This record gives sequence, structure tokens and C-alpha cells, in this order.
Amino acid sequence: MVAVIALWCVAALAIVAASATILGRLAVGTPIIYAGSLVASLVALAAALAHLLDPHAAVATLTLPIGVPWLGTHFRIDPLSAFFLIVTNLGGAAASLYALGYGRHEAAPLRVLPYFPAYLAGMNLVVLADDAFTFLVAWEFMSLASWALVLADHRAPENARAAFIYLVMASFGTLCLLLAFGLLAGPEGGYVFATIRDSHPQPVIASLVLLLVLVGAGSKAGLVPLHVWLPLAHPAAPSHVSALMSGVMTKVAVYGFIRIIFDLVGELAWWHSLIVLALAGLTTVLGVLYALMQHDLKRLLAYHTVENIGIIYIGLGLALAFKANGIDWAAALALTAGLFHVLNHSIFKSLLFFGAGAVLTATHERDMERLGGLIHTMPKTAFAFLIGCIAISALPPLNGFVSEWLTFQAILVSPQLPQWGLKLMVPSVGALLALSAALAAACFVKAFGVTFLGRSRSHAAQTAKEVDRFSLSAMFILATLCLLAGVLPGVVIDILAPVTQSLVGSVVPKHAGPPWFSIVPIAESRSSYNGMIILLFLVISGWLTALFIHRFATRATRRSAIWDCGYPDPSTATQYSSSSFAMPIRRVFGTTVFDVHERIDMPRPGEMRAGNFQLKVFDPAWRMVYGPLTRLVDTAANRLNALQFLTIRSYLTLTFSALIVLLIVVAAWS
Amino acid sequence: MELILELAAQTVQMFGVLVIAPFLLGITRKVKARLLRRIGPPMFQPYRDLWKLMHKEAVLAHNASWLYRVAPYCVFATTWVAAALVPTYSTGLIFSWSADLIAIVALLATGRFALALAGMDVGTAFGGIGSSREMMIASLAEPAMLLVVFTVALVAGTTQLSTIAAAFTEAHVGLRVSLGLALFAFVFVGIAENARIPIDNPATHLELTMVHEAMVLEYSGRHLAMIEAAAALKLTLYFSLLVCLFAPFGMATTDRSIAALALGGAAYLAKIALLAALLPIGETAVAKMRVFRYPIFLGGAFAAAALAVFLLFVSRGL
Repeated sequence: MVAVIALWCVAALAIVAASATILGRLAVGTPIIYAGSLVASLVALAAALAHLLDPHAAVATLTLPIGVPWLGTHFRIDPLSAFFLIVTNLGGAAASLYALGYGRHEAAPLRVLPYFPAYLAGMNLVVLADDAFTFLVAWEFMSLASWALVLADHRAPENARAAFIYLVMASFGTLCLLLAFGLLAGPEGGYVFATIRDSHPQPVIASLVLLLVLVGAGSKAGLVPLHVWLPLAHPAAPSHVSALMSGVMTKVAVYGFIRIIFDLVGELAWWHSLIVLALAGLTTVLGVLYALMQHDLKRLLAYHTVENIGIIYIGLGLALAFKANGIDWAAALALTAGLFHVLNHSIFKSLLFFGAGAVLTATHERDMERLGGLIHTMPKTAFAFLIGCIAISALPPLNGFVSEWLTFQAILVSPQLPQWGLKLMVPSVGALLALSAALAAACFVKAFGVTFLGRSRSHAAQTAKEVDRFSLSAMFILATLCLLAGVLPGVVIDILAPVTQSLVGSVVPKHAGPPWFSIVPIAESRSSYNGMIILLFLVISGWLTALFIHRFATRATRRSAIWDCGYPDPSTATQYSSSSFAMPIRRVFGTTVFDVHERIDMPRPGEMRAGNFQLKVFDPAWRMVYGPLTRLVDTAANRLNALQFLTIRSYLTLTFSALIVLLIVVAAWS
Repeated sequence: MELILELAAQTVQMFGVLVIAPFLLGITRKVKARLLRRIGPPMFQPYRDLWKLMHKEAVLAHNASWLYRVAPYCVFATTWVAAALVPTYSTGLIFSWSADLIAIVALLATGRFALALAGMDVGTAFGGIGSSREMMIASLAEPAMLLVVFTVALVAGTTQLSTIAAAFTEAHVGLRVSLGLALFAFVFVGIAENARIPIDNPATHLELTMVHEAMVLEYSGRHLAMIEAAAALKLTLYFSLLVCLFAPFGMATTDRSIAALALGGAAYLAKIALLAALLPIGETAVAKMRVFRYPIFLGGAFAAAALAVFLLFVSRGL
């Protein structure tokens, strides 16, 4: 039943996409398309939520006789896909609602409208797919639809470059997944997931599959060093699409990883988790450090997605480690932490991209160095964005803190792991996670402080107008969800229970309901957290304080000029800017982590020319990984170029010898 | 009846820390003044300062936003709630299960987040420099603090402060290398977080090296009073945490009689008064550091705490 509904929603999205090619030419087309996407997403969201909440829900499967003749097209909704359907369609619905307002400013609607519902349909199909063929087709469809959206503003040369890099990375990722499925299916070609699930792969195959999936799904999710396309492509798209790419598509990639590794491969050795944890820890810290160095608001958010993907993968890696050692309850805890963060990140990252989009609409500016003071001109956007900033910085009482807290709890039970490798790896990852949590707060003080606070650095920022009601309502709905998931985390944990039950065979104890919505992941004496009580305490103590002040002290207030130690400077350029805010951290980590090129040209005393300071921060992944890689490809291409100018005899000889070699390989293999 | 007593115990804790916080600051200032051969202000001076500030009109810049006015209450509320959740004279207070040590550290981070934003609100160079440096210090100190939390949590097998204190009171923990390292790191972090010498100087104004004071430079009147009170509370919180984690003896645990509670209270007051006197002695012995030497100081704390955690992962006995 639920599979049918979900597929009808996908079909509806496809129809909307097709009709957009015609409707997009009309002025009324834009709202119709987005309203259609909104309804389809909401229906799918409701169906998935009902399925996951229903304790008697069976796994729903559906086979359509289309696609590859001997295979058909298989769909399946189990708790894992139901959860990711929720994440996908929540993001999709919010983005559609936002776009009802935001989409009106689109210069060339036909470059966005057909691809947007298609993109949503593609992401839904990935989550629904139950055979390798459907999965890969849907995956590629999702990639291509988003690629088209990245190119929506195709005249900017940096967008063309971003789209090209994205296309290369996405194709490479899909290739890796293709090979992974090929290995899993084996020589018999059992491409249906059920068959793969029953055939327990050899350890060597499992290891290869893990590596391939880490590259394939990891490049889509943004694991360091495969993240380089992400901060280029995500900001290039229109903001509601950026929100989907950062908030939802990276989660679909995480889904791909969980589906293949936890569900299809099933049994992995403990050292596999070492690889995942090492990559995750690295991703977490590098992601936030690079985010701190950005002054383009959307690029900052995109880089920060990399950090959050790292946090999610820390949870997944820990779950793998616990699962390999048979400590199921701890695996359930770690997996719950990771999945909770999946939900959280999809909510607040979408919210933040919506906010960035609102700023872009109002000021036509993404560069934070030219913004400032928007809290006065766009108070509602500022408030919603602030909620997102608090949530993503993992501060109580909002939701980001809960998932990080759960991850910390999972790390703290890991001394139970017997292997030495893990005993050394897990605390290192814990230290990196602690570091990234604090850096994230610095990053979002900068993002909010430079963009929304202070004095306006440009005319555009000074004269900005608050955005429309649709955009605002989308932002406020997501902000409310941030608060709700933060104060009632038990509800989310309970929703996740069937997912962890199906994947690692254990659940975190039930939480919803009394006593007082407290969450207790392991035992009462061990750790507990109650977001609701904390929020209540904060409200009461803040209120008491205000009451005391107003009752027993004075409320007298006077407005006056800025003091600034007696030397206020009227120029807005003397404020702390984005790069000056990040300077101390750049100095601290600069030598080890970044490629920082600073050029200071200071006139000597008496010289009348202006001083000059230039700063360029490069992502060292380009230098360390992709530079050598492109050089290697170039060299190989140059060498192979010689093959282009041979005689017909040489070509025949080459073909023949290739055939012989292949036959020998096949003979040796079997 | 039981519930009322429990609530009363929690209320005593909540208002107790609030009442003693300025006094601790008074002790610190007095001792420091005496060490510098000054007479120093009376120990009750911080109360008078707060009272005076509360009755002065608050001067706001023309372009100050609502965030600027809300932030002091936010900072105060988060610090107060965090301080109320650290066990002082007794463990197992009624609300102690609502937040563990990680949550308390995070609550302080929430307060800092609000204050750093407020520092940037008016758009001055001083506010920005303060916010930027405060976040830099925090991004180095907070991970060290979390690793300290990991250490004690691994030794006690819980992140719940009450349970940790109760476990440590029962004395079978003994002297451990890891706890020693954690104490070392904790002291460093506490110094940095409370803006004390050698990281920051709470007594300076108009110096380019100031951090915390630069951030709150534009504040006045009742808003400044809130921030100062929050700073005093934060110092109290760190003292209480030090006492609770590393010297919890005397604290009422299972015996909840009035006598035990009174003993716990007296022991607590004596311990934190001692700490308040020790702090300025340490401060007068060292000089203020340059800003870009902080990473060495805090990196040392981070390394010590990380070493402690590694030791515990390797062997539960260390």
C-alpha cells in the first residue's frame, strides 16, 4: 500500500516535471509546479511517516514489469527507506513551499522548473529502489537532474566549472557503485537486493565493496577528500535547490552507504570500521575549518555540510565497530545518533540555505563582506536563521546538540571494544568531534554576526526588504522543527527504533512519554538529558531575572551614539569582517591545514599610496589529491595518444592480443 | 512532602550559587590586592557594583538590535542553569538528571554564543576583536574540556555529575594518572574560560590584548550587571566543578539528613573559598600572554586531556 502511494507520488512528480516544460513558459506556471511538488512531497511524507509509526507495518514490496526484461523493477519500503523517505520528502516539501515565493525571482524559470520535480522524483526513487539496476538508474537520474539545476545560471563561468567538476565526480561515484553492485551480485548476476542480502559475500569482496561504496556514496555525501565538488556545486544552484542538495541529497548518499554496507553486505570485520572512522574524523574537522575560512555565505554552508557528513559517518563507523563485535545495543545507540543527525542536518541545513537564499533575494549578494546589519531590515529571516545557527552549532536546547550528545555517549561506551586499533582510533575521533563542535560555533557566530549584525557594509544590505510569506513560512516551519526535535528528542529516537532493529538487531530503550520526556540512551545512572526541562529552566531563569531587574532596579534606557572606547569610526569598513573574524583560527591552524597565501603590502611611513592586503585560502585537497590525479590522467592520455596513429595491421594485432589476454584472464579466474 | 524537600534542596542550590558568586570574586580581588600590597576593595564590593549597575540607565547604541538587549539575559540564564546543575553540597538533587556534564559544557557554550553575537551587534572593531578571539579561545578550550569530561566519565562509568561525585566520594577510585592529567587540563581550561591571567585580564580596559572586556565594551547599566553576574557565576561554576570532580569529599551523598547537608555545605564553602584565594596567587605569579601563544597554552591542556583519555582506553586501571 505505502509503496504504491510512494510510487504514485514519484509518478506525480514526473508528470509535474514534464508539464513544467510547457507551464514554465507561463507566469502562472511557477506556482503551479511548486504547489504540485509540495503536494506530492507531503503525501509521500505522510505515507512514510504512517508506515514507520505503525508497529504492525510489514515490509512493503512492489515489482513493476518494466526496465531490464529478466529483472523487472523492484521497489521496497522497509523502516530504513521509510525513514529516508521522511527526510527526503520533508526537505522536498519545505523546498517547494519556499520556492513558491523564492521561485518568482527566477530569471530563466525553464532552466529550473522541469528539473526540480524530476530531482525530487530521482531522490525518492533511490530510496525506494530494491534492485541494483533501479538503484543506479535512479542515482544517476538524481545526479543529472541536480547537475542541470547547478547549471541554472549557466552564464557565470564559475558555475560552468562547478557543474563540470560535479559531473565528473558524480559519474566517477556512480561507476564505483556500479562496480560495487557487480561484485556483490557475483557471476550469477543476482541484482535484486533480496538475492544479494542472502548471499553472504567473501571477506575480500566485502572489503572491496566497502572501499567502492565509500568512494561512490562518499563522493556524493562529501567525505574528505572527495568533497571538492560540493562547495562549488551546492552554492551555484538556486537556493532552494542548494538546500535540497546539501540537506537532502547528501542524506540520500548516506542512505546508499547504509543500504549497501549495513543491509546488503551485512557482515564486516572490525577493521573496516577503522577506515570509516578515520575518514569521518578527518571530514569533520577539515569540513568545519574550511567552512570557517569562507566569506561566501552559501559556500560556507556547503563546506559546513562536509562537517556534518563527518559527524554522521562517525555514528555509522561506531555502529559498524560495535556490530562487528556483537555489542548490538551500542551499535543501536551509535546508529541512532547518526540517523538522528541525518534528520537534524536535513532540517537545519535546509533552513540555513533558505535564509541565505532570502538574503540573496533581498540584496543580490552572497559575499558576507558586503552584507551586515540585516537584522534590522530583515528581522524575521534573521530570527529563523539564528535558530538554524544555534541548532547547527550543537547548542542546547535545540536539536543539533541531541545528536552530538548521543554520538558522544556512543564514544564513551567504546572502551568495551576489544581491538587495539579501535581503542586508539575511537578516542582520536572523539577528540576531533569535540574540536569540530567548538569550531562550528565559531563558524556560525561568524556567519550570523557578519551577515546579520553590525552596520550594513553596502547599499544593497542597507535597503534590503523582508522576503515573502512563503519563504518565511518555510523557514519558520523548519525552525519550529529544530526546537521540537531538540526538546522532544525521545519522539525521534522512538521513530528510529524500527530502523535500528532491522539493521543491527537492537534498539535504544523507549523514550517517548513520561517521565518528562527525558532521554536515557543506556541507563538512568549513566547518562540522561532532558531538553524540555533545560528549556523550561532557561525560560524561567531568564524570566525571573528580567522580572527582578524590572521590579527592583531600573528599566531606564537611553539611545546614544556608539562608544567604541571613545573613537568610533563612521566607516563601516572598520568593523570586523568575515576574514578578520576567522584570522585567529587561520593563524592557529594555518600552517597545518590550509594553503594560505597572504600578501601584505604596507606603505612605509610617509608614503601616500594605499595599503593592500590580499588573502587566498586554497583547499589543500586540490593540491594533494586532484593535482597529481589530473597530472596522471594528462600524462596517461599523452602516452596513449600514440595509439591513435597506428596502421591497420597494428590495430588488428592489438585487438587480437587483447582478446588473448582476456581469455587467459578468464581461464585463470575460473 | 518528600517532593517539597527535594525542590527546596534544588532551590537552595540554585540561589546559593547566585548569592555566593560575587563574594568569591570579592575574595579573589582582595587577595590579589593584598599580594600587590594594596588594601583592595572590601570583599562585598562586587555586590555593591552589581547593585549600582542595575540602577543605572542602560545606554544603547542607535543601531543596537533586539539581540543586543536579549543576549545578557541569555548569557545569565544559561550560566545560572548550568551552575545550578553542578552538585555543590549534595548529590542527587531532583533536577540533576536533566543534564549531564556534556550538557553543562554545552550550556556554557550557548551563553558564549549569545555573548559573541552581541559583541558583533553594534559593529565596532572592539566588539569584533573580542568576539573573534573569544571564539578562538573557546574553540581550543572546549575540546580540551570535553576530553576532561571523557576522562572522568570513563573512570566513573557515567557522564552524570551526581553519579560521578558519588562514585569519587566513595574513595575506591584512588590516585590515577589519568585524573591527574585531567585536573591539569581542567585548570588550564578554567583559566581560559574565565578570562583570567595569563589568557585574559579581567581588570584591564583599553588594551588591545583584552578579549572578554572588548566583547562587552558597549554594554552598560543593567545589561552589564547581568554579564558581570554571569561571569561571577561562571567562575563559581568552574570552582564547583573542580571541587565536585576532583575533591568531592564532604558532599552529602546517600545520607540526606540536615546535619549531612550542613556538613556538605560547609565543606563546599571552605573548598571554594580556598580556590578563590589560590587563583590570584597563581595569577600574580605569571604574566599575561600574547594572543598567539594561547594555542600553546590550550594545546597543552588538550594534549594532556587527550593523553588521559587514551590511557583510559588502553587500561581502565590508569
